[in-house]
Amino acid sequence: MMHSTVPAFILGALMAVSFAASAVELTISCGAVGQERALCEQATAAWAKQTGHKVTVTIPSDRTNERYFQYLVDLGAGDSRTDIYQIDVIWPRLLAKHFVDLKPYIPPEEIQRHFPSIVTNNTVDGRLVGMPWFTDAGMLYYRKDLLEKYGLPVPQDWSELADTALYIQLQERKASGSGDLWGYVFQGAPYEGLSCNALEWIASYGGGTVIGADGAITLDNPLVVMALARAASWIGTVAPPRVLSFNEEDARQTFQLGNAVFMRNWIYAWALVNGQGSPVAGKVGVAPLPRGGMKGMSASTLGGWQLAVSKYSKNPAVAAELVRYLTGEAVQKQRALIGSYAPTLMQLYDDPELAATQPIFSSLRPILDNAVARPATRTGDSYMAVTTHFWEVVHAVLGGRGSAITNLSGLQEQLRLLKTRGNW
Amino acid sequence: MATATTELADRALGAASIAAPAQKSHLTRSRVRAAWLFLAPMLILLAMVAGWPLFRTIWFSFTDANLSDLSSAKFIGFENYLAYNDGEWYGVLADGEWWNAVWNTLKFSVVSVTIETILGLIVALVLNASFPGRSLVRAAVLIPWAIPTIVSAKMWSWMMHDQFGILNHMLLGVGLISAPLAWTASPDLAMTAVIMVDVWKTTPFMALLILAALQMLPTDCYEAARVDGIHPVRVFFKVTLPLIRPALMVAVIFRLLDALRIFDLIYVLTSNSKDTMSMSVYARQQLVDFQSVGYGSAASTLLFLTVGLCVVLYITFGRVRFDGR
Repeated sequence: MMHSTVPAFILGALMAVSFAASAVELTISCGAVGQERALCEQATAAWAKQTGHKVTVTIPSDRTNERYFQYLVDLGAGDSRTDIYQIDVIWPRLLAKHFVDLKPYIPPEEIQRHFPSIVTNNTVDGRLVGMPWFTDAGMLYYRKDLLEKYGLPVPQDWSELADTALYIQLQERKASGSGDLWGYVFQGAPYEGLSCNALEWIASYGGGTVIGADGAITLDNPLVVMALARAASWIGTVAPPRVLSFNEEDARQTFQLGNAVFMRNWIYAWALVNGQGSPVAGKVGVAPLPRGGMKGMSASTLGGWQLAVSKYSKNPAVAAELVRYLTGEAVQKQRALIGSYAPTLMQLYDDPELAATQPIFSSLRPILDNAVARPATRTGDSYMAVTTHFWEVVHAVLGGRGSAITNLSGLQEQLRLLKTRGNW
Repeated sequence: MATATTELADRALGAASIAAPAQKSHLTRSRVRAAWLFLAPMLILLAMVAGWPLFRTIWFSFTDANLSDLSSAKFIGFENYLAYNDGEWYGVLADGEWWNAVWNTLKFSVVSVTIETILGLIVALVLNASFPGRSLVRAAVLIPWAIPTIVSAKMWSWMMHDQFGILNHMLLGVGLISAPLAWTASPDLAMTAVIMVDVWKTTPFMALLILAALQMLPTDCYEAARVDGIHPVRVFFKVTLPLIRPALMVAVIFRLLDALRIFDLIYVLTSNSKDTMSMSVYARQQLVDFQSVGYGSAASTLLFLTVGLCVVLYITFGRVRFDGR
């Protein structure tokens, strides 16, 4: 037995090596929010043409938390069908053990050109489990034309936003006789996007980030109640009741059709609302999100996606090559130019061509630098439970199912149980 | 289903063990051996498909297992159930949401099984009477039961959709409501909606079991009653009901077992909503959404114990007998 298997093994290894040297088939799971899918297909096709390898693009769910679960099931089963995963900024710690360390495949000087904060976020126990692909933050999109028409400034705090939104909404509805226009749309469906929005409201009032840096639960303060109660007052007044089932694309489509004065969305929406065929192209401005009250600040939740190579991939080296190409300067610049996906390479923010084509990037650095991170690193394995309880409670408050105070005390208790169990 | 097969196995085993000590002749011993031999395949199969998962769930409930890496699970004793640390209780039994789920499940089970029993009895009495096209009606009544729960739940969730649902459309049409109702989203209506769909789906099952009992009733009692000129309602309460009671009790216990572990219907109609979350939905959320296999297994084990307790109480106080004597 031994004698026959050893040569067979060597033969197999030789065949594997010669096969790897020739064409390899890779599968990458890319997001499909906005223009992600088209850009991912273009970039991988270009690389495939260059190298002679073959790349298949697969599309997961649009909702982050559903996508996380899809990935978790595949990775947990050691599935080798997908080589490269596009992972959210909150996942590296949760999924680290399923990804290869990219440091041996990508030269350190290339890694250093990305935002150090993201590289740190993606490094788990000294292993770089994901290459930064694009970064993100919540922004306030507004209708320049409507603000100008009524001589109103870009709102600086949430109450000003609500007042301005209501004023324009009422005036425009009276003028047009149609009830389609709403003041403000955001991501209000019960999913990770609502957690991001609610974190911005709470942080902007100085109400903390749900879980503090030391792992303490910071919900027991009046600023949190105030922030949520204020958001609840928007529903049915300036925000359509159906905003409670909106994700990113629902909000964007409503805004793009001209049916909203203000919108909270990620940076990708910029290219689409100003793109060809958009009814509001050229009429849109973008600003930091409003402050929470007089003494508050503007707070954006940090988003962004990374590319990770599965440990179960049959060709990790070739997959890492593709990751290196996709996160490199040429592809990142292309994605920024066409899709306004914010690069993670610092030098691109000084790129004159990019600044000229997508003016949004010139004002982005301070927002990205001050973006609020979700408490994912602090809560470790419990993050999915923490965020689920959080968005459920926020959704209940927005939907008028119980007051902010009673809902928050329930959440406080749930988080306490998780904290004690998870030891954070 | 698994419970039914276990009962069969128990009875068969019981018969074998009663036979064994009575006579120890060669023939008896070989008969006992043969009985075991015939039972063995089923026992092995049961141990594999029911015993092993049950054992594993109970084992996981004493560990801190996580879905992303089951192999690194460590034994932590009763910590998932109830533990005390720094002046604070934690674990499933200290979780308000768990007790909410228990309460929801009990409420759902009692209300839905009661309604199903009453409606099932009425339907069975109607189907027991002879009228033209009876067999056709009997078959038609079974349709809701024959549709897989996922399909019927999805179907109802569309019919109860707040904007496009036919139910709101019809109620608005006849003027019973003035604004569309959010059947599955509103906290006041969600449980009613779930019970409604469950009643629609499982009344045929109750009707069928009761009908089977009705068909076996001796006709002489009824003839005697007719001769004596007893009012039919009195006949029903004095003759029919006592006679079908054993079958009725068994039908109720089957439904109760089913209702206590309700998952698919609630999950499809209202997802993880707190207003309708049952014990199974709670366990699934912990196991899958939150990846806490240890904690979720503790919830599953408690669900198993709760169902067991309910059945024991029911059999004891309802004096249910399965042997038909």
